[in-house]
Amino acid sequence: MSKAILYDSTLCVGCRQCEEACSTRWKLPYNEKIAAEEKISSHKLTTIRTFGEKFSRKLCMHCQDPACASVCPVAALQKTAAGPVVYDEDRCMGCRYCMVACPFQVPTYEWEARLPKVRKCDMCSDRVPGGGVTRCSEACGYGATITGNRDELIAEARKRIAEKPKEYHPKIYGVEEVGGTSVLVLSSVPFEQIGYNTKVIKSALPALTWNALQHVPDVVVMGSVLMGGIHWISHRKEAVARKEGRS
Amino acid sequence: MTNALRSYFWRGLFAVIMVVAAYATFVRFYYGLGASTNLSDQFPWGIWVGFDVLCGVGLAAGGFTLAAIVHIFNLKSYHAVVRPAILTAFLGYLLVTVALMFDLGRPYRVWHPLIMWNPRSVMFEVGWCVTLYTSVLFLEFLPMVLEKLGLVKAHRILKNVMLPIIILGVILSTLHQSSLGSVFLILPTKLHPLWYSPLLPVLFYVSAIATGLAMTIFESWHSAKAFGRQLEFPLVQRMTRVLAVVIAVYLTMRFLDLYHRGALATLNNPGWERWLFGLEIVLMGVPMLMFFRERTRENPQAIYVGTVLFLLGFVTHRLNVSVTGLEASSGVHYVPKWTEISVTLAMVAFGFFVFRTAAHYLPVFEAEEHEPVPEVPVLEDRAYAHSLARGD
Ligand code: SF4
Ligand code: SF4
Repeated sequence: MSKAILYDSTLCVGCRQCEEACSTRWKLPYNEKIAAEEKISSHKLTTIRTFGEKFSRKLCMHCQDPACASVCPVAALQKTAAGPVVYDEDRCMGCRYCMVACPFQVPTYEWEARLPKVRKCDMCSDRVPGGGVTRCSEACGYGATITGNRDELIAEARKRIAEKPKEYHPKIYGVEEVGGTSVLVLSSVPFEQIGYNTKVIKSALPALTWNALQHVPDVVVMGSVLMGGIHWISHRKEAVARKEGRS
Repeated sequence: MTNALRSYFWRGLFAVIMVVAAYATFVRFYYGLGASTNLSDQFPWGIWVGFDVLCGVGLAAGGFTLAAIVHIFNLKSYHAVVRPAILTAFLGYLLVTVALMFDLGRPYRVWHPLIMWNPRSVMFEVGWCVTLYTSVLFLEFLPMVLEKLGLVKAHRILKNVMLPIIILGVILSTLHQSSLGSVFLILPTKLHPLWYSPLLPVLFYVSAIATGLAMTIFESWHSAKAFGRQLEFPLVQRMTRVLAVVIAVYLTMRFLDLYHRGALATLNNPGWERWLFGLEIVLMGVPMLMFFRERTRENPQAIYVGTVLFLLGFVTHRLNVSVTGLEASSGVHYVPKWTEISVTLAMVAFGFFVFRTAAHYLPVFEAEEHEPVPEVPVLEDRAYAHSLARGD
């Protein structure tokens, strides 16, 4: 049963309790100045963003088939069956392909460190697989961020939209985006108005790479046959000459 | 006198570049990537990836292109340039590896992909191919050293296993030259439509072949200047013609792809992407048209100019794919820091320097491989090459 987070931006009041709880979990400093930085970085793994009267939250979307995990040459990023996309810093060599590939600009880097790590939300992978909830869900006093089973959360989101169609934009962000994510978002306005990327494709990104990469074994086999063959034809003359010379 | 002056100038410039780069290296490894680059969370790859790695590997493509032409297709008249091409390739890949050390956040883990597998990752595949191919290049380069040292026996043994090595080299090159394009397949909405294409691997492959030829012409010209060696002119002319055709194939494919994807419409959009696209196409199209004209092909100077233009066009394309084409979606503007530029310059300068040194001391440009057996076939070879050259 895969876990997910539902963030209902219509309930969010922008109190930033989730930010603070997240910083505590990662032992990162948190103060007013950091609270005011409305972007994620290696020292702030989730952020509330203000759009006039409205708020939105940014964190790793924990894609169902994550681009970051598919591109990582050393498999430092992994999608776990429980839902979280986790990072193993002991494998990472710092190529930053994950950052380039992520459609939501999520992974961040410790640019100032001499031996830097990638940093991103891991959906409290120390708790969630065991049935717990994330720190941000726990900290939210307004029910704007909750943790649960993905299908149940989708059902819950649909119910909210159906019950109050006037207050909700009819779509749930994260059901279709890049083939589905384990973070789901509700909004009262179209998502691009509160900072969500609605241009992402609606199918899993790694398939695009695989379309090309799957041909590698065939290229090896075909290439050997083709080049062996060309060599055989193109060196015919010498072979014949050598034979005649010898006999 | 002027020659001496010029030589002092180049040496002085080289020294300056190296000193600055030494300081940049210190900044990079002591203070980290943040202090030494203008990269950011929004823009994690800059010219160290875009130029040093992506262009570097492409510029070294002559190694496999000429190895295939000479040893697989058996076009003997190209023999004279296969060694310089292999030398460039070998140096190129070594430089790319060095450059990668600057870019990786944890360079001492560069070997991790060899044991920590992720076969779904293009980068994983590229890592393996580049490692293996660099070893292949070493073996292809080894005869020059053995010959210099007069190790005839080792040389002969190596010659006997050369064919599979060369085939392996061509396959590995085909894989990673195209895969460098596949690296960007995961960015359908981040990369500008003028550059994102499912055909990226094919475009990268074909442009690498063209660049391999162009670099070989480029080197022939430079070594002719440097060593007062007679330019293999008929051969250069022939390569120019092949290059023209490969560029034509590339550009046709490029435009068909843009047309079928409807991407040409984005040329109406404001922004500097269309100008960069224009630059790239002009820098490739103009040399192609030049090379199709007989007048150009009779003039070494014109061939050189055309080749440099094409190489610039190739670099522009790769930088557009890996750097500038990603700017609009990233929301930030990236300009490389002095440290990034300095390291990149040093790579180029160092490449020139090592190539010249190696070409000076190793039998790169001299005679064909020393066939220890008879003399006659060699003579025949020459005569054949000459007749070909004259007949052309
Ligand atoms: S949002 Fe980005 S970092 Fe998070 S799982 Fe998806 S691709 Fe990976
Ligand atoms: S930076 Fe680290 S985690 Fe990201 S793709 Fe590279 S090796 Fe993997």
